[in-house]
Amino acid sequence: MILRELSDAFGVSGNEDDVRAIVLNAVRAHVDEIKIDAMGNVLAVKHGTGQDPLRVMLAAHMDEIGLMVVGHDDNGFLKVRSVGGIDPRLLPGTLFSVGPERLPGVIGVKPVHLLQSGEAKKVSKIEDLAVDIGAQNKDEAEKLAPLGTYATFATRFRELESTVSGKAFDDRAGCAVLVELLRGEPFTFDLHAAFTVQEEVGLRGARVAAFAIDPDCAFALEGTIADEIPKEKDASPTTRLGKGPAITVMDRSFIADRRLVRLLIDTAEDQDIPYQIKQPGLGGTDAGAIHLAREGVPSATVAVPSRYIHSPVALLSMDDFDNTVRLMRESLSRLTCDTLE
Amino acid sequence: MRELIKKLVETYGPSGAEEQIRDTIRAEVEPFVDEVHVDAMGSLIAHKKGDGQRILLDAHMDEIGVMVTYVDEKGFARFTPIGGVSPLTCIGSRVTFEDGKVGVIGVEQKRDDADKIPKLEQLYIDVGATGRDDSPVQVGDPAVFIRPFAAQGTRLIAKAMDDRIGCAVLVEILRRLEETPHDLYVVFAVQEEVGLRGARTSAYGIEPDVGIAVDVTRTGDTPEAKPMAVKLGEGPAVKVQDSGMIAHPKVRRLLVERAEEAGIPYQLEVLERGTTDAAAVQLVRSGVPAGCLSIPCRYVHSPSEMVDESDVENGVRLLLEVLQNPL
Repeated sequence: MILRELSDAFGVSGNEDDVRAIVLNAVRAHVDEIKIDAMGNVLAVKHGTGQDPLRVMLAAHMDEIGLMVVGHDDNGFLKVRSVGGIDPRLLPGTLFSVGPERLPGVIGVKPVHLLQSGEAKKVSKIEDLAVDIGAQNKDEAEKLAPLGTYATFATRFRELESTVSGKAFDDRAGCAVLVELLRGEPFTFDLHAAFTVQEEVGLRGARVAAFAIDPDCAFALEGTIADEIPKEKDASPTTRLGKGPAITVMDRSFIADRRLVRLLIDTAEDQDIPYQIKQPGLGGTDAGAIHLAREGVPSATVAVPSRYIHSPVALLSMDDFDNTVRLMRESLSRLTCDTLE
Repeated sequence: MRELIKKLVETYGPSGAEEQIRDTIRAEVEPFVDEVHVDAMGSLIAHKKGDGQRILLDAHMDEIGVMVTYVDEKGFARFTPIGGVSPLTCIGSRVTFEDGKVGVIGVEQKRDDADKIPKLEQLYIDVGATGRDDSPVQVGDPAVFIRPFAAQGTRLIAKAMDDRIGCAVLVEILRRLEETPHDLYVVFAVQEEVGLRGARTSAYGIEPDVGIAVDVTRTGDTPEAKPMAVKLGEGPAVKVQDSGMIAHPKVRRLLVERAEEAGIPYQLEVLERGTTDAAAVQLVRSGVPAGCLSIPCRYVHSPSEMVDESDVENGVRLLLEVLQNPL
């Protein structure tokens, strides 16, 4: 399963090599052109059957959140800072893979026996935590994990009942959807796929990818927040697991093009594909950068709902995943120049 | 101009859903220009062809609003702001959806801090539904505030003066402008309120030699106002700087000189918080000398924004002086 391979790969923002290698291997045989751009994005073109001159961009980001080593102390502990949005509540007691050799590391916690009263109620700041790779002293720590070394959650992909669990579903789920689309039949137009870098630190790869591709319209493919934990008041879930692909109308990074949203909804309804509208106003995706490229690009975002994203134990429904692929494939089959008239 | 202003401020058009206001403006400008088109992001671009330098005039046609984020079991809709919306101006306000459906904004009564200004998350829209199933609105539906246009003496009061008053100035300019030595592009931009988005992409496409935005600015002339040297009725304000841009000195000088030559009152503006489309225009491609002519406005981002008619008229006159003469 391509999602398993992608989820397990090491690819914190700025260090996407392993994911890139998997992507190249997975899509090379199914596209007509492929290259790596100056920022490290994988840009691939799957030629269409030629009836429509549209240039359609599909983007999914390869990078994931993680940690970077920023210091070493005398006892051999690694001081770290977050790369992208890490929730400090998740760090203590978590296993990490450190550096290209994937050294096992842990962020330790003070044993419960030693806690002062009230200490357990506080969240430790990342500045007060350290990754322990078992180094004996500063020299050894520096040798094993020099400054700038990346670390990622060490969780492995697991299949549960109809769901799967793993790290980095944001956005390896989107990458996997994009791989599936490239592996399928061509569309009437040329499909420009961008597997982007550095989304988690500011939509950086997508910005240059969109400039280079200069598309007529674009779709960002994502893994997004599913959030059904019981709440005090009846006021939200962002999306729900098992209810189908999530279509964004507006988030912090962009307002989706209404013609593309209409295309997605009409397609879902005609084809009986479940879908949901993601709660507006939250999060941001590569579409935020893409839609502002050059003279502007009508854009939309479609996402696989995932519980516990930005944590080591994300969880998604394979039905949602399959329906996201289906919704995109069916919608792209209907997309023509007239859609944007 | 009152009739035009009334028409523009009362038309629906939150950021990202500018179709209605775009159609309204299009009908107003089409007779007076050589070409009108809508760009990829939805901005309306009116082109009055000429041999001279390429001048971009921009006013944004979107307005602030709200978007439904959730409909609860009893049919009440939660919402998120589109642009800068204050809870203070929400309570008791009415909103209208694109197809005319109306809702009232209510506030949760059980609040721990009931004497404090509620947060937007503590407000909801009552669309008259009795449950989720009979709610006439859905997650993702955008709405705008309802408030009819009013005139009191020379003061004009309405929602969405920001920036339909700028749109009105530009429409009026196109009506009155007979000859210009310049190649004039008038942009009615989308999505300013959510981050100057439409102006950026339109300016990229036009690649202008000079860019001037027309937008509202705050004033310092109300009781206990924060210090600001702009007053209602003292003339349009030539932007010196705001928190997003420093106006190009030549553009600023151009506006000041034309005002002085023609005896048009003007003020200089330094705005400490807030910015305009000019900030986005300035930074496209290799950079664009850009400035802004502001219409002073009280109660910005409330449903009762107030401008003075004389500032609007003088803004039109000043920009006509710029457009009718060589730069």
